[in-house]
Amino acid sequence: MCLAVPMKLVEVTGAAGRADLGGVRRAVALDLVPGASVGDYVLVHAGFAIQVMDEAAAAETIAMLREVAQDPDAPPGPPGDGGPG
Amino acid sequence: MTGHAEWRDPVAVRRLAGEIARLDPGRPVKLMHVCGTHENAICRHGLRDLLPPWVRLVAGPGCPVCVCPAAEIDLAIRAAKAGAIVTTFGDVARVPARTTLMEARAAGADARVVYSVADAALFAAANPGREVVFFAVGFETTACTTAAVLRSGAPRNFSIIASHRYVPPALDALLATPDIGLDGFLLPGHATSVTGLHAYAPLAARHGVPMVVGGFEPVDVMVALRDLLARVGDGRGEAANAYRRAVRDDGNPAAMSAIFDVFELRDAAWRGIGTIPGSGLGLAPAHASRDATARLGLAPDPAIPDAEPGCRCGDVLLGRVEPEDCPLFGSACEPDNPVGPCMVAIEGTCQARYRHRGHA
Repeated sequence: MCLAVPMKLVEVTGAAGRADLGGVRRAVALDLVPGASVGDYVLVHAGFAIQVMDEAAAAETIAMLREVAQDPDAPPGPPGDGGPG
Repeated sequence: MTGHAEWRDPVAVRRLAGEIARLDPGRPVKLMHVCGTHENAICRHGLRDLLPPWVRLVAGPGCPVCVCPAAEIDLAIRAAKAGAIVTTFGDVARVPARTTLMEARAAGADARVVYSVADAALFAAANPGREVVFFAVGFETTACTTAAVLRSGAPRNFSIIASHRYVPPALDALLATPDIGLDGFLLPGHATSVTGLHAYAPLAARHGVPMVVGGFEPVDVMVALRDLLARVGDGRGEAANAYRRAVRDDGNPAAMSAIFDVFELRDAAWRGIGTIPGSGLGLAPAHASRDATARLGLAPDPAIPDAEPGCRCGDVLLGRVEPEDCPLFGSACEPDNPVGPCMVAIEGTCQARYRHRGHA
């Protein structure tokens, strides 16, 4: 029910927008994200954008993850399951 | 933002599991998440198996479909039987009260599944001679969409059964329940993107229990659990953000203002749990004319039981037992033939465990 997916806004006409996820485009209501503009990533739930994603925060998190993954001094995790997923 | 392999990087996940293992406080730790999407991510990626034995991560009442009382589902069914077109989300239509909305439809009532409340309003515009009722179930992620439609002036023949629930008071109630014994909450990423972290900071401080909001990719969950366990170890009862790309301290003020323009907090029942003060979103006086139960003259039937005999959904929702502890799980109760709401809903803990059993 609370499943929401980040999609990229590609069209904005008033409170109506279209957003793209991997080439799939669909209509998205923008009533709840009044500042959103084309190029923003929005969190889409049940046909509505409910938040504008913070790309700078995403980039910082990815940089942190790269450090975690590459740190040769970090202790290994539990062995032998081949990783998730 | 999307499709970054980093969010699923198995090396990062294992490193994070190693960091978590080093946070051992020397005692058992019980954490709860309150989001069906978290449960699905945790099951799908086998994340529980990466946690050390001193951590127990239980699924709380994070499925709005599961916690919707049978009496409210019954109201929707009776609205359809009374001649209204009842619209709702797919999961909701399959949850049993005395019967389900889908069964009522098979018997001739007009019940339809929609993807969005906006589709339900369009449906009302296309059917001006019929009352179109939206059975409004969901947490704040969904309540803001219902509010947006009501605020923007939906057709006159459009009304709702207001069954939305608000998460923060539920966590307050869970922490005040002595026999649950929680050391920390993994906060729901998308509900918190609406309310903001500031809805939880006072709760964390008052109860002295840390809360960390996390996203839904494997790395998001593990980072949030690491940050949460670090706070458990230090005894820091504070709220923190491990999903900064979607959650701001003040959430989405436009969505919150929509919710509280249209709704007001009321005491509300949660299926299997009981009444939680201030946890329901009832229509505010300015929008009371949209109340479908008033338009159709329907009152809740208190005689409808929330649980079938033997069903332990209530204990599952409170993290008191695991789904596998229920005698019906996987035998009398399966996704194709569910007994309780936790097995019906995609976000239900029992269905998530059933679909992923043997996987992790």
